[in-house]
Amino acid sequence: MAKSRVAFDLQIPSDVEYIEGVVELARQRCRELKISPAKCSLNIPVALSEALSNAILRGNEATGGKQVRVRAIISDTDLVFEVVDDGPGFNVDECTLDCTTEENLTKEEGRGLFLMRQLMDRVESFRDKGNVVRLTLYRE
Amino acid sequence: MSFSIKKQGEVVVVDVEGQLIVGNRQELKQKVLDELEKGEKKFLIDFSQTGYIDSSGLGVLVSLSKKIREQGGELRLANLNDDLQTLFELTKLDTLFQISDTRERALESF
Repeated sequence: MAKSRVAFDLQIPSDVEYIEGVVELARQRCRELKISPAKCSLNIPVALSEALSNAILRGNEATGGKQVRVRAIISDTDLVFEVVDDGPGFNVDECTLDCTTEENLTKEEGRGLFLMRQLMDRVESFRDKGNVVRLTLYRE
Repeated sequence: MSFSIKKQGEVVVVDVEGQLIVGNRQELKQKVLDELEKGEKKFLIDFSQTGYIDSSGLGVLVSLSKKIREQGGELRLANLNDDLQTLFELTKLDTLFQISDTRERALESF
């Protein structure tokens, strides 16, 4: 089994203003690890930003005083981001809309999970001391 | 991250500097709606200085496009880098917007 290590493990206030800072930290770590430039500039920032905003706005229902935990775990083969909120969780398959259909294309909302799944190799949601959304991106 | 607005001929040009994400999308929306309320009809958003856009940012562009069209106007986009182009293609929003390679071409297209 590939060795893994925690690149960062943060608790942030449940506030969208903190998203950009976390995403920048993730990008910086990924650049240091020589992850491909496209993954550093598109896949990781957009998918992580979506997971964090989902956690803050939906999981924690934009309630002040709550926290979101975000961890990055790196191994030789993949990058894993885990975002934990206080919400009840959700079924990734059931909640993903195809935002490219004629009916959904002109809607303002509903692209978050779709983008996470397009930009990551795996997206999972499960319960473990909160609702965890785990994003996995293969390094190669 | 910030948005700067200036008029070039009849076109209101908005530069998005930094990211267009959940934390600042309302600011962009309000700035464009203020111009629309003043009677402006032609809008160009230039992404040459933009990092990434999240789903909220994309949603605001869709919403603004609808509102501008309802008022008889038009919203066009310019200068998407490769990552942003990929994002628009993944979501098929490249089929919804008129997108130009350069600001000049976009301005000429109105």
